[in-house]
Amino acid sequence: MRLSHFDYYAPATIIDAVDLLQAKGPGARVMAGGTDLLIKMRHAGLKPRAIISLKHIPGLDTIAFDKQRGLIIGAMALLADVADHPDILKHYPTVALAARGTANAQVRNMGTVIGNLCNASPSADNAPTLLAMDAEVHIQGPSGARTLPLEHFFKGPGVTALEPFEIVTAIHAPIPAPHSGTAYISLSARGKLDCTAVGAGIMLTLKGRVCEDLRLFISACGPTPIRARNAENMIRGKELTADVVDKAGAEASWETRPITDVRASADYRSKMVAVLTRRVLRQAHKSALER
Amino acid sequence: MKQVIVLNVNGDPYTVAVNPWQTLNEVLREDINLTGVKVGCGSGDCGACTVLVDGRAVSSCLSLAIEMEGKTIMTVEGMAPSGETLHPIQEAFIEKGAIQCGFCTSGMEISALHLLNHNPSPTDTEIREALSGNLCRCTGYTKIVEAVAAAGQKMKESSERKPS
Repeated sequence: MRLSHFDYYAPATIIDAVDLLQAKGPGARVMAGGTDLLIKMRHAGLKPRAIISLKHIPGLDTIAFDKQRGLIIGAMALLADVADHPDILKHYPTVALAARGTANAQVRNMGTVIGNLCNASPSADNAPTLLAMDAEVHIQGPSGARTLPLEHFFKGPGVTALEPFEIVTAIHAPIPAPHSGTAYISLSARGKLDCTAVGAGIMLTLKGRVCEDLRLFISACGPTPIRARNAENMIRGKELTADVVDKAGAEASWETRPITDVRASADYRSKMVAVLTRRVLRQAHKSALER
Repeated sequence: MKQVIVLNVNGDPYTVAVNPWQTLNEVLREDINLTGVKVGCGSGDCGACTVLVDGRAVSSCLSLAIEMEGKTIMTVEGMAPSGETLHPIQEAFIEKGAIQCGFCTSGMEISALHLLNHNPSPTDTEIREALSGNLCRCTGYTKIVEAVAAAGQKMKESSERKPS
């Protein structure tokens, strides 16, 4: 099936990209890797009049880590490069894991982490772990640059907090606290290839034997990834005993609002939220103890 | 509207006039007549359209041709440029009976090439993971996995035979 006709622009700076987006109006779409955009055009009737590619903007493919500022992943950094990056594997292993679990090898060689976030699917693999790590989105728009906590970025399926003519340029993940651990687990059909049916991402910080703080996000069980605050509250300040972990799993299940669709039934999803919550709690606890 | 670009495919430059909405897959098949590149799902799920771009396996159905200028593209035809001697991966696919209807084969072989270029002695799990973006609807994957393992062995042996 052929793509509908569009004009193609490959600006050399992010400012030019924003200007073009503004000049071309609502029919224009920004393209990073293209693996979501072109599929929507081919199979979901999307017909942009203009495509503004970010591929020719120098520096947007950056992956940079330093021990003060943390991790920056640029808008054009490929999923495959994030999955294999030595600093990410060392300091942000679940960010690498989530990127590795996104789609298949071919798509990871074309698609980007930021594109996966901007597509704003409730099942986006790269969202839960970056949300749990309290990452921040860097945005460029007509009135300049701004940052936004990723937690405030997702507004609904396919809908983000981006204002008209804004473009995400990077995501920033802070340095993980000492004695913190992360985990991300997703369930899907066909290995890891199909869209995630249920996912859970967590970061928790230990103080002695007590869980001092944590952030727990469940994906594909609501219109956006959902923060399981009640489950968090049941754990914060407590030791991670089997009883606490079980109760938090059940609580997280209550907090999510899964639907039945082609990927899984609501009932299955609810059950798996409890299971995955227990599993990520145990995994993150283990990784925090090992750090 | 059309833009003239030069595509470097299998070591040869091709000057083609492309519209922005033409995919790499369409241009390879229709303008350059490299029909070894298949098109299946059109959504990056089946892998039949896989080609190497700058050494990376990508879905040519999700790549715009206009973005491919200056990049090095390799299709299944480039694996056996003489047309007489097959690539060790292709030989292994034949020897192991890893081909039935053949529609998935070119994509499978390109994905296998991408894997073996980076990891000459992959485990079965690594082979399965590397081929997980390629679907075969005829039969199963056992013979394909065996073929890739055998091809890795062949490629290692032939590189060891060559004087360095």
